[in-house]
Amino acid sequence: MTAVAGSHSIGDIPILAALKFDNVSMTYPDGTFALDSTNFEVHPGEFVTIVGPSGCGKSTLQRIASGLSKPSTGTVTVDHDSLGYVFQDATLLQWRTVRKNIELLAELNGVPKAERQAKAQETIDLVGLNGFESKYPKQLSGGMKMRASLARSLVLDPKLFLFDEPFGALDEITRERLNDELLSLFQRSGFASLFITHSIYEAVFLSTRVLVMSARPGRIVGDFEIPFEYPRAPDLRFEPQFAELSGRVSHALRGAHS
Amino acid sequence: MTALSNEVGLGATAPSISESTLAEAQEVASQPHDQTPTRHISDYVGPPITFAVFIGFWYLMSDWGLKHLFDKPKFLIPEPHVVVHDSLQSVPRGDLLRGLGYTTQVVLIGLGISIVLGMALAIAMAQARWLERSVWPYLVALQAIPILAMVPLIGSIMGYEVNSRILVCVIISIFPIVSNTLFGLLSADQGQHDLFTLRNASRFTRLWKLQLPAAMPSVFTGFRISAGLSVVGAIVGELFFVRGGKGIGALLDQYRSRNIYPLAFGALVLCAVLGIAVFIIFGWIGKLVVGRWYVSTRKSS
Repeated sequence: MTAVAGSHSIGDIPILAALKFDNVSMTYPDGTFALDSTNFEVHPGEFVTIVGPSGCGKSTLQRIASGLSKPSTGTVTVDHDSLGYVFQDATLLQWRTVRKNIELLAELNGVPKAERQAKAQETIDLVGLNGFESKYPKQLSGGMKMRASLARSLVLDPKLFLFDEPFGALDEITRERLNDELLSLFQRSGFASLFITHSIYEAVFLSTRVLVMSARPGRIVGDFEIPFEYPRAPDLRFEPQFAELSGRVSHALRGAHS
Repeated sequence: MTALSNEVGLGATAPSISESTLAEAQEVASQPHDQTPTRHISDYVGPPITFAVFIGFWYLMSDWGLKHLFDKPKFLIPEPHVVVHDSLQSVPRGDLLRGLGYTTQVVLIGLGISIVLGMALAIAMAQARWLERSVWPYLVALQAIPILAMVPLIGSIMGYEVNSRILVCVIISIFPIVSNTLFGLLSADQGQHDLFTLRNASRFTRLWKLQLPAAMPSVFTGFRISAGLSVVGAIVGELFFVRGGKGIGALLDQYRSRNIYPLAFGALVLCAVLGIAVFIIFGWIGKLVVGRWYVSTRKSS
């Protein structure tokens, strides 16, 4: 476990959270106040989603969680060695085949060749990329690229997955399908998730817990437990209870935005 | 389409969580990049037409233009068939072919040195911003000073032999290699860099696995431009540094001074052919290296 900036406030107490934000705020050098003192935890087995308006500091929060940015104040506790990430873009390397892209992170971690190849094959099966292993990214659809991007981190067996609006650029049908598949992976692999989106329905469908962020400077202004059992059927989206919960999240979001 | 469906079948039988592969495979199949470029009839008709226009213009200038527009004797621009006929006679043909071989050697040596030095310099500049900022002005200056202005100095210092010709090639061809390589090295996108940062990749790993591969399309564009310039360098060099083997440039000068214009034009045509050949060859190597993955913005139609 490593702490980013600030002081260790954990002491001798065993850390249970996969990710812990303790009074984290962020002001960029140009004076942009992106994130106001933010506190939350993501525990193993939890799927936490943050919804918020565009430009509210969601991505800033995600960059801080991953360690790409250091917060101005506060402490982040996270195990960097067991992190997976999917960004807004698939960020595949264009010159590598799907298979070699999926091996990339393991390769950078120094995992021996045979081991990472076996692991890559396993995740290729898992995300449904069979038959596409030797294709180049330019030959893939947006949804396929996102699968490859997901597989690339799955190879690392992450304890915590960070998603930064991964399906934002996809059409509705592909997005819903990938949501369903992501939940199967979540159940199967048991990673904790911190998911960022501006789609309320996506948030409610995926999560055990939805946090609502205000406009900039972002702060958490709503916290909703989502009680639906897993596995969640695709038709959950049409249940009255689902609509009701989505409505409440939506109201909180509007309240924060006005 | 059948092949794709088969692959989809495979995906479905594996312990996959995906039932969506079929729809997406169809999506993939409809992607424009997956199709081999279709050629239109215009692709084949265009080049012969422009070639005919070019030859026609040449005849026009030779038979009519010189006399009526410039009031000059016809022999200054011999007709194309005379150029071809005279150049193919055994003695000039032998001279020209030997010259071509010799010039090609100088071109390739000069270009090779430019590639090695230029890429090394660009890699160094991509590593350190201060180096980039300090070296740029000199590269631009090298580009701005006409090579002819430097030729006497080069001759006085290095002598009038092959080394000086190679130096001219390097001076004239190194700039596009440095600038294109540098541009390419800095072209990897931020998200890809983040990925390497998150895994604590070393500078070398980042260079080797991210920046250099990302730079390749741009690097080959640089090679192609520099290859042409290197031909110019070799020919110009031969006009001034006359000791050593006789290349096309030296022959050109010799034919012109002896008023053998058909052969002088023959030498000119060979210069052009050499330039086009290296351009095509480097374009072809580039395609071989990056063609599988690189998405050119140029539509195939």
